[in-house]
Amino acid sequence: MKKRSAVLIALASLLMIGSLYVPLWDIILEAPQYPEGLSMQIWLSKLSGDVGTISGLNHYIGMKAISEEMFPEFGYMKYIVIGIIVSGLIVSALRKKWLFAAWFVAFLIISALGVYDFYLWEYDYGHNLDPRAAIKIPGMTYQPPLIGCQELLNFYACSFPSTGGWLIVVAGTTSFLVFVDELFLSKKKRENKYKPVSS
Amino acid sequence: MKNLISNKFSIALLLVASVLLASCGGKREKKEVTSGDAASKVYVAPGKLDEYYEFMSGGFSGQIGVYGLPSCRLLKVIPVFAVNAENGWGFTEETKPMLQSTHGFVPWDDSHHPELSMTDGSPDGRWLFINSNNTPRIARINLSTFRTEEILEIPNSGGNHSSPFATENTEYVVAGTRFSIPIEGNKDVPISSYKENFKGTITFVKVDKDKGDMDVAFQIMMPGFDFDLSHCGKGPSTGWFFFSCYNSERAHTLLEANASQNDKDFIVAVNWKLAEKYLAEGKAKDFPGEYYSNRYDDNKHMATSTIRRSTKMLYPKDCPDMIYLMPCPKSPHGADVDPTGEYIVGGGKLSTVIPVFSFTKMQAAIAAKDFIGEVDGLPILKYESVIGGEVQKPGLGPLHTEFDGKGYAYTSMFVSSEVVKWKLGTWEVVDRIPTYYSIGHLSIPGGDSKTPWPKYLVAMNKITKDRYLLTGPELNQSAQLIDISGEKMKLLNDFPTVGEPHYAQGIPADLVMKHQVKVFKLEDNTHPYACKSEKDARVERKGKAIHVYMTSIRSHFYPDNIEGVVVGDTVFFHVTNLEQDWDTPHGFAIKGSTNAELLLMPGETATLKFIPKTSDIYPFYCTDFCSALHQEMQGYLRVSPANSKVPITFSTGK
Repeated sequence: MKKRSAVLIALASLLMIGSLYVPLWDIILEAPQYPEGLSMQIWLSKLSGDVGTISGLNHYIGMKAISEEMFPEFGYMKYIVIGIIVSGLIVSALRKKWLFAAWFVAFLIISALGVYDFYLWEYDYGHNLDPRAAIKIPGMTYQPPLIGCQELLNFYACSFPSTGGWLIVVAGTTSFLVFVDELFLSKKKRENKYKPVSS
Repeated sequence: MKNLISNKFSIALLLVASVLLASCGGKREKKEVTSGDAASKVYVAPGKLDEYYEFMSGGFSGQIGVYGLPSCRLLKVIPVFAVNAENGWGFTEETKPMLQSTHGFVPWDDSHHPELSMTDGSPDGRWLFINSNNTPRIARINLSTFRTEEILEIPNSGGNHSSPFATENTEYVVAGTRFSIPIEGNKDVPISSYKENFKGTITFVKVDKDKGDMDVAFQIMMPGFDFDLSHCGKGPSTGWFFFSCYNSERAHTLLEANASQNDKDFIVAVNWKLAEKYLAEGKAKDFPGEYYSNRYDDNKHMATSTIRRSTKMLYPKDCPDMIYLMPCPKSPHGADVDPTGEYIVGGGKLSTVIPVFSFTKMQAAIAAKDFIGEVDGLPILKYESVIGGEVQKPGLGPLHTEFDGKGYAYTSMFVSSEVVKWKLGTWEVVDRIPTYYSIGHLSIPGGDSKTPWPKYLVAMNKITKDRYLLTGPELNQSAQLIDISGEKMKLLNDFPTVGEPHYAQGIPADLVMKHQVKVFKLEDNTHPYACKSEKDARVERKGKAIHVYMTSIRSHFYPDNIEGVVVGDTVFFHVTNLEQDWDTPHGFAIKGSTNAELLLMPGETATLKFIPKTSDIYPFYCTDFCSALHQEMQGYLRVSPANSKVPITFSTGK
């Protein structure tokens, strides 16, 4: 593994430390009677923003109230990220290509699982609506967008990565580029390098 | 040239015609009084905010009207001295103590002078004080919640008018008796013994610099004058307070004539720093005087009354150099100190000049003992020695003066119905503008402080007549917005006002906007009957008292079905609004209640006392349109006959 790659992986790992201190994801709601907007932030270990207000509004369509206690993920997500950071630093110190590759694949799978878990929660919230609710949503499902914006009744809901999420995206993209460089581009270069010698 | 001549000719014809018309009809012609761009100057576009808050006293409404300038839109009425059924002020168990006094529950008063709290002589936007003229009291409003947080009764006073003007850092707010009364010894005396037995008091009320809590610090026993208005000194006159008074004749009947006999009454200069020193030295006597101190706690959402029994009385004869009298022509009204603190402007209601006293000259006259006599041992300074200047021929009936901080003063003229602008130092009138009709007070934001914001002036008029669409014989009072940013005053707008505004105080909006409370946090709610979750909602019987711990949230009450109450019970609905979202109040009203309604802000708890007189089913409901399902936010209380044995039950959704 090249020195440059090792430095980049170390930087990517260090960058993710930030995600422990800032929100990962933003959910933003707009409505005519909320000119100031409503928002909820998802952190690695908590929720913040207008959680109570959003829950209060969701009850009209029979959605369960959102509360931190319902998410066991808040108990361990932080440690998973710390694990990725620490192992990333070890990988960059040892500079073993196979170890890096394993680390990157693990990082990729964990990130995908994280997004999938988020999707499952949204599915659960959106598909278990109280049938006795005041407002009956057509089809009795309302799944908030995973990423992007969607309109429901008087609300326009948007869901996007927040600072912490972007930090992980940047770290992931950097790791991906290093991965490509190390495993595909660098090999070819080396082959090119040998060619003049052998000819 | 020909054109010009013919123009001149037609103008002359018009003039003749209008003079003829005016003389024939016996009427004055009504002129257009605003210039072309007035509308755009008061137009605050939808969604945009005003530049200034203007707090106008409600006079006989007992409340405060809050307006935005320059739009002149009414933003809110703050209930202060009068019950307000609209939000339960004075009807809920929590707010009833606010209107308690030594005379019992007083549901009304006459609020006159709003006064903003100050830091370094400049309004700071923390609190607003206001006096009640009838049953003497001072109220303090918290400007982060726009709620009256405190009402303090003033003991040994027959009515509180010259109040509650504040010192430069709100160390004190003051009170002064408008009606002198017997204060010492036997109070059952003939009214005709006024001269011997009737006294006035001046009261200094200490204000806690962090919490704003008020308490009577000391009182000064004064001759039986009628104290009218006051203002603190500033800059060089820091440490002094100036009170105007009328009835130096000490008349007790037909004051309109009998109190207008003396050529001059007084502006009373009180050295309050010296008074503080005398108090510390123990010169004050413990003096009986029962009074109520009523305070509202924002976390408890509840007021408590405390009765206090005595005050500290300073007698001028024991306190040399504390008080001097400055003769002021003809029944002075305003006592207004200019931003530099050098000039004290008196407004003699029947005076032909506006007298302006010089603080420097006053100090010199005191040093030279330039006295022309005394009243009850109080030295009277010689008018000619203390007068800094007189504004000649200002108009008729000068009342109050405010300042622009650019060297000009603006005086209201009640009788000639106009505002007169004049220059400090040269005392010359530079401009005048009519008001509609008969102006009382006027107000420039910061215009009585060290830092006026001289853009607008509000004229508060006593007579309305034809200014608006007619509403029968009882008309709203009228105010006018005048642009004072230029050399000439310009009338911008006319607007009706709540009650009878006496005085107003304005302040740049950001000084008040920056600390606005939007919701009361549920976790901070320490009301003893708060119910912070539907799980805790319950109904408890304690003898004949039924306590309902109720919650409200969009769009239901918990509980909304209550049974087991019998005739003879007293039901206390302790309702907590569980909402924590901005602008989501809930109301609570029950059929047959003799106690108005509850209007609960998010996170607030309030109590409605209800005594059902007959066995019946009583519906209750939310009165504030809270959501699309507001109309469904309702419930029932079953009241059984007196001796029935229906058990207490309660539920929602069962």
